[in-house]
Amino acid sequence: MGKRSNEPFLWLLFSAGGMLAAILIPIHVFLFGLAFPLGWLHGPSYQSLLELLKQPLTRLYFFVLCTLSLFHWAHRFRYTLYDGLQIKHLDELINTFCYGGAALGTVLAAYLLWRIP
Amino acid sequence: MAGPTEYLPKTFRPRVSTYWWLGRWSYLKFILRELSSIFIAWFVILTLLQISALKRGPADYVQLQEWLRRPILVALNALSLFFVVFHTVTWFNLAPKAMSIRVRGKPVSNLLITAPNYLAWLAISAAVAWLLLRG
Repeated sequence: MGKRSNEPFLWLLFSAGGMLAAILIPIHVFLFGLAFPLGWLHGPSYQSLLELLKQPLTRLYFFVLCTLSLFHWAHRFRYTLYDGLQIKHLDELINTFCYGGAALGTVLAAYLLWRIP
Repeated sequence: MAGPTEYLPKTFRPRVSTYWWLGRWSYLKFILRELSSIFIAWFVILTLLQISALKRGPADYVQLQEWLRRPILVALNALSLFFVVFHTVTWFNLAPKAMSIRVRGKPVSNLLITAPNYLAWLAISAAVAWLLLRG
């Protein structure tokens, strides 16, 4: 029981998040991280972005994208710490940090997206 | 009296350096791929910050956009873009290895599994960009 039985479920979240992140994140980082701040492209206005975020579908999109991406991070980063730094003996601490962080992010995303003024 | 064998370890485990992944390109690539997850988490943090600023009002939103114009943030996001694209490419290229599909007993060519992923990436990226840029 315990860790071993959770593994397939966590792996499923990892791979679903990996797929979603692979397809969706690059364009978001390109636009909001580079193209808009550097003025290569004209970003959407505050009002139009808010209108977009009011749509239930947009909020669901961001919720799923954020949650699954975080669980993808949690799973992969956990093994990076295990293998990269060889600190598998700290697994309880690492698991709490990784999956706890992902769970916290999920709650935060839900809270932020629940109501958009 | 302790015999000499008592001091011998039960199994011999050679010590692996903490920097084992620096030795070979394929190892380094593995670690870079694993580290891409940090930038995916960074993307989520930035997205939640954006949503939070949007909720608080135009002044907060403008302030966040100003912050994102700082050279350090632009550099960080350029690095993020490199890592998330690295994630995408390694993820898609791994797909044929993860699912070996056979049609009439013959394995399907890798390209047939990889190409649709790249096409979906392009089409969906274009759709997201269109949704954001029309307004």
